[in-house]
Amino acid sequence: MTEWLERHIPKMVLAPSFIAILVFVYGFIAWTAWVSLTRSRLLPKYEIDGLIQYERLFASPRFDTAMMNLFIFGTLFIIISMVLGLLIAILLDQKIRTEGVLRTIYLYPMALSMIVTGTAWKWIMNPGLGIEKMVRDWGFENFSFNWVVDPDMAIYAVVIAGVWQASGFVMALFLAGLRSVDGEIIKAAQVDGIPSWRIYSAIIIPSMAPIFLSAFIVLAHLAIKSFDLVIALTGGGPGYATDLPATYMYAMAFSRGDIGQAASSAMVMMAVVFAIIVPYLYSELRTKHD
Amino acid sequence: MTDIALNTTHGPSRNWGKLALRWLLFTLLGIFALFYLMPLFVMVTTSLKSLEEIRTGSLVAFPREVTFEAWRTAWSGACTGIQCEGLRPYFWNSVILAIPAVAISTILGAINGYVIAQWKFKGANLIFSLMLFGCFIPFQVVLLPMARMLGIMGIAGTIPGLIFVHVIYGIGFTTLFFRNYYVSIPQELVKAAKVDGAGFFRIFWSIFLPLSLPIIVVTVIWQFTQIWNDFLFGVSFSQAGTQPITVALNNIVNSTTGVKEYNVDMAAAIIAALPTLLVYVVAGKYFIRGLTAGSVKG
Repeated sequence: MTEWLERHIPKMVLAPSFIAILVFVYGFIAWTAWVSLTRSRLLPKYEIDGLIQYERLFASPRFDTAMMNLFIFGTLFIIISMVLGLLIAILLDQKIRTEGVLRTIYLYPMALSMIVTGTAWKWIMNPGLGIEKMVRDWGFENFSFNWVVDPDMAIYAVVIAGVWQASGFVMALFLAGLRSVDGEIIKAAQVDGIPSWRIYSAIIIPSMAPIFLSAFIVLAHLAIKSFDLVIALTGGGPGYATDLPATYMYAMAFSRGDIGQAASSAMVMMAVVFAIIVPYLYSELRTKHD
Repeated sequence: MTDIALNTTHGPSRNWGKLALRWLLFTLLGIFALFYLMPLFVMVTTSLKSLEEIRTGSLVAFPREVTFEAWRTAWSGACTGIQCEGLRPYFWNSVILAIPAVAISTILGAINGYVIAQWKFKGANLIFSLMLFGCFIPFQVVLLPMARMLGIMGIAGTIPGLIFVHVIYGIGFTTLFFRNYYVSIPQELVKAAKVDGAGFFRIFWSIFLPLSLPIIVVTVIWQFTQIWNDFLFGVSFSQAGTQPITVALNNIVNSTTGVKEYNVDMAAAIIAALPTLLVYVVAGKYFIRGLTAGSVKG
């Protein structure tokens, strides 16, 4: 009996967490998937009724805007954060004596809640009292910077705040990558008189491909999940100009009382995450097991 | 370590170029530093100004007259909807929410990681993959059923309910952290201890736990930052009185009654940010380690 117990203790210890994950992750995903196929409104119904919710979803101009915004925000957020992160990492890699201090400065936004970031930038970009007023007071009377209240530009305001928050983190990833490149190869290249920009572009950066992939995955993941940032910065507005699938889902679930739409939009978000994460996880796990 | 300061080509004529490049480098780094520091600077100075000064002065000017009035209001008088008790009660909500949630998820992660890394059984890898995958899902996909489940369990809208949610969706990450740490400890250690008659828990307690301080620090910091900064679960699963600080902050900033008090908004934002900022400043090394560990796989 004690021997049996001893042999099975590891499984029994893992079991509660495993069951919790099965129920609260996989079971719940299944529930949401199921409900997304029904005519649920204020209360969930369980009779499957085809793809009606998805038809409504893709016919909805608001969700259309949300997907378009995710695309614009995601693309710009990922590209700018990566370029900025890489640039700063390379600059920091030049034997800077104050590197520690600078790194701390570049990375601290990552410790903040996106609600704090959104609140701060909302104030900075306030059309009446923020940057706009500051520049006008300097004498540029016609200067205008009202992105947060301009439906066509508000999503770019979200990009600014997002990049501010996440680019330092990308910098830290790249800096670690730069430091892990084989020093011998670089020394050899230096001895051969190859200029540093060539060493970076031809040797170091290509060898960091896995880090580019990681950074991309993290940023894409952050972009899809971005909810708090939009809520704090623009509230999804003006109108629903800065809605993302995440805010659309939340509005349907908790203020519009449209569970069917909430479930189907959540499943679309899930599908987007899948499309990005699954190939990555698959390759990760495969290389681990080989 | 790479050794690649901007390449030096010798000769006195090149020295000027080198110096200029060095200046350019520092100028650029300085400009970037200003970009990252500016919002914090603006938050702090705005929070110390009177509303009058905010209206008449410049965004980036130092306060002419420092006043802590906005801080007092943010802490104990600002309105989050109909209540006007400031952030104080919500700050404590977040504290009593974060402490047990961090502790429980860290303990579970440690023991799970120990099993998966050192007591491999058939299917353990599959379980790990399933847990890992749970880290990546957009939480929107579990919001609706979780809201119902919390209702069924009778903890909807309560702080224990929020603790429960944070523990469940934190397990994946904490398990990942500990598993990756324990996997580098040689398995012979467990084998030798078993020969000596030590059991599962004894080995964990006397051998693994004493080795775990760095990863415990990383995990606790990671979880604390995640939970303190969380907004989605907080706003979905709390009600008036049990909201965490991020939700209260958002309510203060977006409350539409009365005059917009930007200085109070900024003071409130700083208060909400202080605990995680403090952790970052004190234990930045571990914070970054968690970020990179959690991100290279999460």
